[in-house]
Amino acid sequence: MLDQIVFYFFAALAVVSAILVVTRRNVVQSAIFLITALLATAGIFLQLHAEFLFIVQVILYAGGIMVLFVFVIMLINMDVSLHQLQFNRQWWLGLLLALVVGAELTIAIAIGRSHTAFGEPAPASALEPSTQLVGKVLFNEYMLPFEIASILLLVAMIGAVVMAKKKI
Amino acid sequence: MISTSQYLWLGMVLFTIGAIGVVTRRNVIIILMSIELILNAVNINLVAFSRLFGDVSGQVFAIFIITDAAAEAAIGLGIIIAFFRNRETVLADEMDLLKW
Repeated sequence: MLDQIVFYFFAALAVVSAILVVTRRNVVQSAIFLITALLATAGIFLQLHAEFLFIVQVILYAGGIMVLFVFVIMLINMDVSLHQLQFNRQWWLGLLLALVVGAELTIAIAIGRSHTAFGEPAPASALEPSTQLVGKVLFNEYMLPFEIASILLLVAMIGAVVMAKKKI
Repeated sequence: MISTSQYLWLGMVLFTIGAIGVVTRRNVIIILMSIELILNAVNINLVAFSRLFGDVSGQVFAIFIITDAAAEAAIGLGIIIAFFRNRETVLADEMDLLKW
């Protein structure tokens, strides 16, 4: 009972803030609501016994990436775009196509539910202690993807420095 | 007990909202934020399946997606700053330098 209440609280928080992110006129308000949505997702992770991801989500997403976003919003002069049209000319077509994608996903989940019956989750002890297990799997089975991810971050760092130069 | 399909519904709703944001908004920064929403929805699905099967690989993939999102945000925002310096706009439909 209690976990249902917690789940629906975080889910409603995430969905409402996500809607506000895509509808607000002011970009700073959008950024604040994006932080709320990300923190609600972090709560969902905690409920799924993914403690390490919870911490990563709070520190990296809500702490790091959002600071980057707010920084750029401060650097860019938004006063002009605040008074312009916020949705593009073919917004109805885009909305229709996005809703079609959503309907497709709905059908996929409904069919998958009736065919496979997701069933009971594995016992929570299968993922304990979560952080240790993540570390073990990350540095054994997924060592090569981990190294490739570090190269990706290096490339992103160099790219960001080059982009920020006065003359490209 | 919360079933896995409830998490999948939540992921579906967040994904759809993010997709709507990407295709309807004009402001590039909000488009980037909607992409972050989409990546988050995918993460919820991965972690829900990791819980269902008692296998930690889903969480490892979610970490890779977060890494990817960080790199994408850094590069994307760098491009936006560079573009704003040249054209004084953040609206997606005014970015038409490569259009014929």
